Amino acid sequence: MDEEYDVIVLGTGLTECMLSGLLSVEGKKVLHMDRNDYYGGDSASLDLTQLYKKFRTDQVVPKELGREKDYAIDLIPKFIIASGEMTNILVHTDVTRYLEFKQIAGSFVYRDGKISKVPSTEMEAVKSPLMGLFEKRRAKKFFEFLQNWRDNDPATHQGVNLDKDSMKSVYEKFGLEPGTQDFIGHAMALYLDDDYINKPARPTYDRIILYTSSMARYGKSPYIYPLYGLGELPQAFARLSAIYGGTYMLDKSIDEIVLDSDGKFVGVRSGEETVKAKQVIGDPSYFGAGKESEGGKVRVMEERKVVRAICFLKHPIPQTNDSDSVQIIIPQNQVGRKNDIYIAMVSSTHNVCAKDIYVAIVSTIVETDKPELEIRPGLELLGPIYEKFVSVSTLYTPTADGKADNIFITKSYDATSHFETVTEDVHDVWKRVTGSDLVLKKRDLEVEQ
Amino acid sequence: MSNTSSFKLVLLGESAVGKSSLVLQFVKQQFDEYRESTIGAAFLTQTVKVEDGSNVKFEIWDTAGQERYKSLAPMYYRGAQCAVVVYDITNYGSLEKAKSWITELQRQADPDIIIAVCGNKSDLAERRAVTSDQVQKMFEGEEGLLFVETSAKSGDGVQALFTVLAEKLHNSPPRQTRTGGASRAGARNAGVDLSKSTSSSGQGPDACNC
Repeated sequence: MDEEYDVIVLGTGLTECMLSGLLSVEGKKVLHMDRNDYYGGDSASLDLTQLYKKFRTDQVVPKELGREKDYAIDLIPKFIIASGEMTNILVHTDVTRYLEFKQIAGSFVYRDGKISKVPSTEMEAVKSPLMGLFEKRRAKKFFEFLQNWRDNDPATHQGVNLDKDSMKSVYEKFGLEPGTQDFIGHAMALYLDDDYINKPARPTYDRIILYTSSMARYGKSPYIYPLYGLGELPQAFARLSAIYGGTYMLDKSIDEIVLDSDGKFVGVRSGEETVKAKQVIGDPSYFGAGKESEGGKVRVMEERKVVRAICFLKHPIPQTNDSDSVQIIIPQNQVGRKNDIYIAMVSSTHNVCAKDIYVAIVSTIVETDKPELEIRPGLELLGPIYEKFVSVSTLYTPTADGKADNIFITKSYDATSHFETVTEDVHDVWKRVTGSDLVLKKRDLEVEQ
Repeated sequence: MSNTSSFKLVLLGESAVGKSSLVLQFVKQQFDEYRESTIGAAFLTQTVKVEDGSNVKFEIWDTAGQERYKSLAPMYYRGAQCAVVVYDITNYGSLEKAKSWITELQRQADPDIIIAVCGNKSDLAERRAVTSDQVQKMFEGEEGLLFVETSAKSGDGVQALFTVLAEKLHNSPPRQTRTGGASRAGARNAGVDLSKSTSSSGQGPDACNC
């Protein structure tokens, strides 16, 4: 370990593994370490033994759940949105060769006590029980307006300036009811709260187009999911890194971030050994997250808390046409909250559990001191719950951009339903670390046929 | 048209026993004396013709150095239908390591995986530190292992190793992986293809089992 590296990466979560893979392809000499003996950090998928060890130390794994190795239970519920940046990075790095994907079968939204499929085309909107007859006509006009929008053709703008006019004014222009606004803003634009409504309409427009183009790509829902769980993603990027010379060390205690007298990063100490590098990247847990400040520099701060309940069911979720996988969004207004409640469910179709088991994760951003009560509207949609593992995690964000001390910290995985904010973080850290924008190049492959 | 089936093969073994060289010899009939640790190309394919005229295509996964420091990912073993566990005949310690890789395979991989134990560097006979008796003793009680010796340098035994594996894979009954789905290498088309451009809405190939 007395070599010197360009970058040391701490933690093998998805963000860190993506950065590690991309930096290695770029020719950087990377050392990647994790305190755990498994890949993935917070974005790992656990087998039954690991899951019970984490949540139920006093309990043995019930026999009737089947073989423990058949399980890959995600800790963070997210799907890949088909036309998003995550897909782009997976394809450009050719990491897709290590992975297989399946569709998520349906995307649903809660309204007035019932759940219905999210309409994503004009056709579906016309059939949807979410809207009355006149509202459907208005919605149809609204979707046509979005689909036909061309930045350089003012005739398609109908007097709207997406960069100036608020989303509220656009909704009002088309006369859309609050309930319709709820499913458009929350189930299609995927906003977690209503702050977007008074802001310029452009980002909402972009998000709706991302949703509808993702929907159009494979047909059933805008989402895809890797077989064997989300934990496959960090492993695939770690392999990319390793193939390009990245060195991997799991099960390694990280005892100290070594600084020079100016407070700049020098290296990482593990036991008696110190490895040197020019820069360090790591997840917040390696930089004081969740620990009392020891008088040193505060490098990460708490943002919000997210409550997540991993639920094992023995049946598909009611009212979803027995779908093997779904997303259900409960818009905040529908249940008197400020933040949406999300349900993400996968099953044996995705090789993440035994046959006839369904794994649903209900999550939301914590608003009160009784987080478990806050997800109740989501839990109530699931029917009988066989087993439930509840956790509350704090989201951390770095206090500094790292340029002063060469310490670059990633963000915790947020409450959004897909990986787009993860890719934003990857782009952001990349730029801070390398000083230039991340440009994805097609990997130069050496494949013999 | 002859029939081709694909199989995922994983390489295992201590660093510097010649895993990558073995594959390079098999795929490209090349040998590089001062080959650095594996970089850049850790995914090779090669097709072998078997007796009945069918083709067996190997999709070969190299460790990419992740075998050092206990960091091979579970993904590596996933869906692997055969494994070549390599040791160096001039290094007894590498044989002991091979034994521990077999244990790891039994823990992580499909129970039906076909395993070959390969003593490499047979060209260095004068420095031999591992005898066939020692190999037998080391793997006593393990059933179904194939034993071969190869020289990635001269090429001795390399084609033979992969031909034997190909025959064995070809003649083994098609099987289900433990989760019931088709195995990875054999059923690439089971899922969605990300690089595919937008399909007309709702008309895309329906890949789900639902």
